[in-house]
Amino acid sequence: MPFQIPQWFVWLHHKLGVDIFNEASQVLMLFIWGVVLFVLIAIVAKSAVVFMVLMERKVLAWVTQRKGPNRVGPFGLLQTVADGVKLLFKEDIMTPGQDKFLFTLAPALFIFPVFVLFAFIPFTDYFTALDMPVGALLIFALSSISMLGIVLAGWASNNKYSLIGGMRSAAQAISYEIPLILSVLTVVLFTGSMRLTDIVTAQQTPLGPLGWYWFYLTPLPFLVFTIAAIAEVNRIPFDLPEAESELVSGYNTEYSGMKFAMFFLAEYAALFVMCALSVVFFFGGYNCPLAGVTMPWGTLIDSTYINTPVIQSAQGLISAGVWLEQQIKLPGVAFLLDQLEKISWTVLKIYVLIFMAMWLRGTLPRLKPDQLMGFSWKFLMPIALLNLFLVGLQKFWAYPNDTMPDLIASVTGNWGYLVVWAVLLVGGVGGFSIWMSHNLQEKLKARFVR
Amino acid sequence: MHPMALSQTHFHLTGFPLLFVLLIGGMALPFLLMGIAQIVQFKSPTALKYTTYESGMPTFGDAHIQFDVKFYLYALLFILFDIETAFLFPWAITFDSLGVRGLVIMYLFVDILLLGVIYAWRKGALRWQ
Repeated sequence: MPFQIPQWFVWLHHKLGVDIFNEASQVLMLFIWGVVLFVLIAIVAKSAVVFMVLMERKVLAWVTQRKGPNRVGPFGLLQTVADGVKLLFKEDIMTPGQDKFLFTLAPALFIFPVFVLFAFIPFTDYFTALDMPVGALLIFALSSISMLGIVLAGWASNNKYSLIGGMRSAAQAISYEIPLILSVLTVVLFTGSMRLTDIVTAQQTPLGPLGWYWFYLTPLPFLVFTIAAIAEVNRIPFDLPEAESELVSGYNTEYSGMKFAMFFLAEYAALFVMCALSVVFFFGGYNCPLAGVTMPWGTLIDSTYINTPVIQSAQGLISAGVWLEQQIKLPGVAFLLDQLEKISWTVLKIYVLIFMAMWLRGTLPRLKPDQLMGFSWKFLMPIALLNLFLVGLQKFWAYPNDTMPDLIASVTGNWGYLVVWAVLLVGGVGGFSIWMSHNLQEKLKARFVR
Repeated sequence: MHPMALSQTHFHLTGFPLLFVLLIGGMALPFLLMGIAQIVQFKSPTALKYTTYESGMPTFGDAHIQFDVKFYLYALLFILFDIETAFLFPWAITFDSLGVRGLVIMYLFVDILLLGVIYAWRKGALRWQ
């Protein structure tokens, strides 16, 4: 995919009188774009969270056959806005025993990595604020800073519930970070790049949704990632740090007003980011889910698959966007339509995953701490390591190189290992369900509760 | 398509300097919000409001107590595996040029760490009392 600077970008800088190919003026532009980007991220993150909170309340209401918020605004749409305004004007209470500095620092430490992580999400191939060569690694380096905020909040609150919540949260976050990183590592291994747009581009295959990594690398890394991600953002099967039936509200018991609002905001923003990462790593990012089908403005216009027969048949459609551009006499229409389509796919996929997370919250009960820790260290981590090994083998199979004879691939073609995975999957799921159906509880107890 | 063929040229404005700007901005924003809240909020102090909330029970003692050792055991194991993943990332990137030998060698390394986890497991360090 030839990556070019968009024409409007060059045009904008020309109008502003900035030579963007000059090193010195790049420094100036860096700060200006940094501020612009930050304001954009703040707006996007806040509006996403405002919508998600309402969506969560509505989804939970549907699950429990209630109506949910429906008084403030049409269909309760303004409920979250009203809540936000209320939280802004609420009194900020600090009890005498608290460490004032750390108590104030904790929400800031909790929220700022999440905000920065928004910049990493590739909404399209061009509108990716931070498209770094070490993206996948940096994301996890940043997201683990949030944990410090929780521990500090628990410690600085001078409240036993908060303290237990904070410590539990730390133990849980570090336990589930290992499977999380290992499952992403399989994606990085198969793509050969940590850049998020590279990972998305590598999922651009004629197979469509089956070529995305949730299926292409077997569903294992995706399942491990999902479980670990839900645990990382402290959502309901794993929400022990804020289990309201045992620890009033966990680490944010003592918080009120704006500081509490920030914890609240950061939790939902973290869920959004985790779902976005899941979309990037496992659901093809901004790729169209229809295999080989191209929107009139041409999703696959600069695809590396341009020479495959499936895509070539869509070449006629691709030119439609260019035709439109010529008719309207406005350069960049095809580009904008293409970008709009990609943004829509990204956001749609993210919200589908967020809906799944909310559905889980409405369905599953909370775990016990011993089950929680055992599950991560004794089950998820070995599975993730085994899967990393299997994906390594799969890569040799899919892309044979000098060190591996392409004997198997020459016989089966690239479809061969998909068939093998399907057989393994059906056998594995079948075997697993048979094994589970025998005295399920005793086996689980014997395995995880030692 | 070979994944290694995905080489792209990227615009220079993105990257670490921009990340640095964002980090500073991200740290400033929460304090800005808290500052605004400090100005606009209503205050009506009563004595009871400024007590620790522990479900209505009168608080006894300080909350800054000693912790169970189990938290530290998990932290030790975590550091072990976090460093391992830091090693695994460059390995994953250069996987193609290393070949089967690289896969085998890395798994020898991983297995040594796994032995440590199995040891901890058998010793009961992963048991949550």
